[in-house]
Amino acid sequence: MKMKGAEILLHCLQKEGVDVIFGYPGGQALPIYDALYDSPIQHILVRHEQGAAHAADGYARASGKTGVCLATSGPGATNLVTGIATAYMDSVPMVVLTGQVGSSFIGTDAFQEADIIGITLPITKHSYMVERTEDVARLVKEAFHIAGTNRPGPVVLDLPRDVMDRVIDFEDNNEEVNIRGYRVMKGVNNGQIIAAAEMINRAERPVIYAGGGIIISGAAVELKEMAEKAKIPVTTTLMGMGAFPGMNYLALGMLGMHGTRYANYAISECDVLIAVGVRFDDRVTAKLEHFAPNASIIHIDIDAAEIGKNVDIDVPIVGDVKEALQALIPRLQSREELSEWHQTISRWKAEFPLRYGKSSEGRIMPQHVIEKIYELTQGEAIITTEVGQHQMWAAQYCQYKNPRTFLTSGGLGTMGYGFPAAIGAKIARPDMTVIDIAGDGSIQMNIQELGTAVQYKVPVIICILNNQYLGMVRQWQGLFYNGRYSYTDMTHQPDFVKLAEAYGAVGMRITRNEDVESALQEALQIKDRPVLMDFWVEREANVYPMVPPGQSLLNMLGGEDNE
Amino acid sequence: MNKHTLAVTVENKPGVLTRVTTLFRRRGYNIDSLTVGTTENPGISRMTIVVEGDDKVIEQVTKQLYKLVDVCKVIDITSERAVDRELVLIKVKADNNVRAEIVQIVDIFRARIVDIGRNSLIIEATGDRGKIDAIEDSFRPFGIIELVRTGKVAMVRGSK
Ligand SMILES: Cc1cc2nc3c(=O)[nH]c(=O)nc-3n(C[C@H](O)[C@H](O)[C@H](O)COP(=O)(O)OP(=O)(O)OC[C@H]3O[C@@H](n4cnc5c(N)ncnc54)[C@H](O)[C@@H]3O)c2cc1C
Ligand SMILES: Cc1ncc(C[n+]2csc(CCOP(=O)(O)OP(=O)(O)O)c2C)c(N)n1
Repeated sequence: MKMKGAEILLHCLQKEGVDVIFGYPGGQALPIYDALYDSPIQHILVRHEQGAAHAADGYARASGKTGVCLATSGPGATNLVTGIATAYMDSVPMVVLTGQVGSSFIGTDAFQEADIIGITLPITKHSYMVERTEDVARLVKEAFHIAGTNRPGPVVLDLPRDVMDRVIDFEDNNEEVNIRGYRVMKGVNNGQIIAAAEMINRAERPVIYAGGGIIISGAAVELKEMAEKAKIPVTTTLMGMGAFPGMNYLALGMLGMHGTRYANYAISECDVLIAVGVRFDDRVTAKLEHFAPNASIIHIDIDAAEIGKNVDIDVPIVGDVKEALQALIPRLQSREELSEWHQTISRWKAEFPLRYGKSSEGRIMPQHVIEKIYELTQGEAIITTEVGQHQMWAAQYCQYKNPRTFLTSGGLGTMGYGFPAAIGAKIARPDMTVIDIAGDGSIQMNIQELGTAVQYKVPVIICILNNQYLGMVRQWQGLFYNGRYSYTDMTHQPDFVKLAEAYGAVGMRITRNEDVESALQEALQIKDRPVLMDFWVEREANVYPMVPPGQSLLNMLGGEDNE
Repeated sequence: MNKHTLAVTVENKPGVLTRVTTLFRRRGYNIDSLTVGTTENPGISRMTIVVEGDDKVIEQVTKQLYKLVDVCKVIDITSERAVDRELVLIKVKADNNVRAEIVQIVDIFRARIVDIGRNSLIIEATGDRGKIDAIEDSFRPFGIIELVRTGKVAMVRGSK
């Protein structure tokens, strides 16, 4: 059949199961947009390409499918960069389509030419410049294969205009993907599984350190089975929220810089650490030499390069978490309560629960808003976040029941992620309530996407915990720079309620404690429009506990009494 | 710091060299030398990379290289029985007083004179790194005007 490159592209995307593309048009993407005009694939027109990348990312994280975003060449493509880096750091499967100048113009500094392959080389899993229309089908297939398998990540397809315009005789012969240097990981080493099982069965004070890899692998069920069978307490990373039910009696909450005291104590005291789908990030380990100093460490990860990267491992298991746990569970002894260890942990939990003080001026405490969100949604909502204090409180004061219900930029820490990601998540899961927990600083980074959410009637709720500061940075200045609040005061800000209304969204301002719950209830009823809630909160609340930079996990500030 | 020689088989495609060097730059690995060339298979190129680092670093380099989709195989041939060769071109000052002496040295190292100028000679030599270092040292007293080394290529002995 005679088909244009752009038509072949969309045909192949459909075959990959793509039902929505987040994008923004421009000159070099015109052939693709022309083909989209007749395509059953839905296109969401964002207001800034960064929004398209984060929305595709949110869509992917919420659904487990590969997200797709599209931009024109040059500035369109470079506007995607932060979104690509965000997805790369958090191992999110994404296919990024960029228009490119015609083949004969490449390398000439042509109008709106940017070397997007070169620019994104260190922040993509792989990338392709599609040089011939004949290659479109194969490369689309390879791109989805690479983006979604093993350790997922973003793949860029750069599409020169003439390649998209050219008509060829196209026949879809459904070639199998065959890439010499890329094989899908299968199976796990049985000897290592046996070694791990023996180590766990002998352990007196075991802890599971669970991360994003469990969610990616779809292994939450296995994780719960393992923990409950062998009675092992579980702490999750920021990326692992939802991999293990937060209210389970074995749950320790988050570990690390802003982890719970009991999780960090447990890590420091454990004799066997079972690290599952985690990458020993510095926010988690704090000072490396003091991380789990008494423990033998088992590490399960699909990326061999993560094993032994930061911490020496006693039993490395390279492979998919789900497969590894399925092999491991039958070899584990069923245990009763590990009485002494569990008692110690219960004592820590009782003595050092997460807690926060009262507002000095009768203002709303930000943590209180998050507790209310949890009370009203009971872990049945998707929570996205921006980056800052509110993000940490969202991890601490909300419990997550299910995987893919907490979407946050952990690795790159991208302010501006949460709102477009919420839009993508809501489009992927229209059945779910989706709430972006935001700061007043972060929300202003992609607030233009209110236009998108209103146009497509995407009813997400934005909860701004408005402290009129770049709060997380202010906290550091307060603690480590003698309270010199250098350029972190954001008192000058728009009237968020009016701004929401100007876009056609619902705006609400909440200034009193007693209104928090009713306002949230009201917002949860609105199903045809986004709602922006502006909570005026205590200005100088801090996130505690906190491990100061360069210290060991045991050296936590705060969280000992109600300060 | 140990030097390791990695034999890396890669797709013969545009941009592969950039992917490899970007990886080394981004992760802060030190490339001592890097050569690329074609192989008996036109679809495949072979890089010989000499990289500095302890065993832990080399393990990371290897694993990270494997993550590049265009990298097919990585072998650390440092401790293998391997043949390695480098080629050097040296332009050395050579007036009539010292020419004879230079020719003698050239003979000792089984090098070759490939160009004769009025006051200089260009010498070509191949050998392993030690030999090339020795040649360089031997000519230095005469005054080296220009010198270029290819970096090493290597191959494991036997049927492997
Ligand atoms: C302001 C701020 C503060 C932060 N503070 C904290 C903190 O206090 N505590 C904290 O935990 N984090 C914190 N973070 C997040 C932190 O930076 C890291 O993003 C996070 O700790 C990484 O989580 P992870 O180890 O679960 O790995 P991820 O980044 O989720 O990586 C997943 C791992 O699983 C592996 N994997 C993927 N798929 C599979 C599979 N199928 N099978 C097996 N393995 C697989 C991958 O190879 C990778 O190693 C903070 C971030 C910000 C922005
Ligand atoms: C794009 C980007 N720029 C800068 C930073 C550094 N940074 C981290 S947290 C933060 C403050 C966030 O303020 P806000 O969104 O108001 O949240 P709060 O901490 O007050 O809850 C800043 C500036 C970042 N993470 N991302």
